[in-house]
Amino acid sequence: MAVVRVGIAESGVVLNPDSISTLGLGSCVGVTLYDEKRRIGGMVHVMLPSTELARGADFNRAKFADSAVPDLLKQMIRYGADERRIKAKLAGGAQMFSLGGNADSLLKIGARNVEACRNVLSALRIPILSEDTGGSWGRTVELFSDSGMLEVRAIGREKKFI
Amino acid sequence: MNSEKVSGFHLDVLKEVSDIGAGNAAESLSSLLGRTADMRISRVLSMPFNGIVDYAGGAERMILSVFARIEGGISGNMLFVMSTSDALALIRHMTGASGGEGFTDMGLSVIHEVGNIMIGSYITALSDFLGFELTPSVPSLAMDMAGAILAFSLSEIGRSGDTAIVVDGCLSLDGNPLSEEESSHLFLLPDPDSFGRIYQALGVAHHGGR
Repeated sequence: MAVVRVGIAESGVVLNPDSISTLGLGSCVGVTLYDEKRRIGGMVHVMLPSTELARGADFNRAKFADSAVPDLLKQMIRYGADERRIKAKLAGGAQMFSLGGNADSLLKIGARNVEACRNVLSALRIPILSEDTGGSWGRTVELFSDSGMLEVRAIGREKKFI
Repeated sequence: MNSEKVSGFHLDVLKEVSDIGAGNAAESLSSLLGRTADMRISRVLSMPFNGIVDYAGGAERMILSVFARIEGGISGNMLFVMSTSDALALIRHMTGASGGEGFTDMGLSVIHEVGNIMIGSYITALSDFLGFELTPSVPSLAMDMAGAILAFSLSEIGRSGDTAIVVDGCLSLDGNPLSEEESSHLFLLPDPDSFGRIYQALGVAHHGGR
């Protein structure tokens, strides 16, 4: 079994029995898609909520929720996943620091990322099975393609499966 | 200005800027500690986001970080980053605590205050040198995975690309690193449109083959 690593603003798809993981999600959101019949798992590490925030036309589509999630869905389908069976899980979207005053919109980027991911999944009619989002701590996640379970690890917290 | 196309000359200019900020930060820390703190090993690196996370020790490595958002003539994020062993060593220097009990509230507030002072004095020096008014937000402390802290700090820069220019100052005390990990840094992460303003303020905007 291999573990495929996804970095910041990157995506990937794995087949049974491999797993796919991203380390240290803070305000970023790890979106996972899974087809339980074909046991195909996909993950993208979303950094920002919307391509409207992108400066310039030439940007990395895996960075923004509204381009990253539809692209991951297409990639899953290319690997043989059935769109009607695909379900999602989310983790991340924390607020890592608390500042006063002027930096408010910057700090809420985590919550905005989560909201944007939910909205784009809803528009694609992909149900969200579970999520572990918000809070003020970083998370490492791993999606197991044999079961569709998403492991969430954080410093000083019990490991959990969602 | 595209951060990926920065010239060697401009990186040298940024290093100069960094030396001035980091020098002032180290001076403030020296007077706080009554010992010689030094931050002169500064580097300016243009790196992809995932490379920056590796540079800080890897995505899952636990770090302590004091963060401030800078606004004014230039904008960006500033981070004082310490490994846990460096932070415990600094707390020991400042309070005489053994460090065996891990991070107490007092220990954490020491790091918070040190970060606060270093960021404040760095920004003051930068502001004087460039002739810009610069306002840091109230610095905030977090102890968590490096990836989580850095990716958040890069989110504004992420609007323009996947690379950031890291202006790094490395902290030492009495000529030695704080602990064997040698990993206390002051990172300045300017927003992409700030570079042009820095070069303009220094009268080097059209230098270096641009």
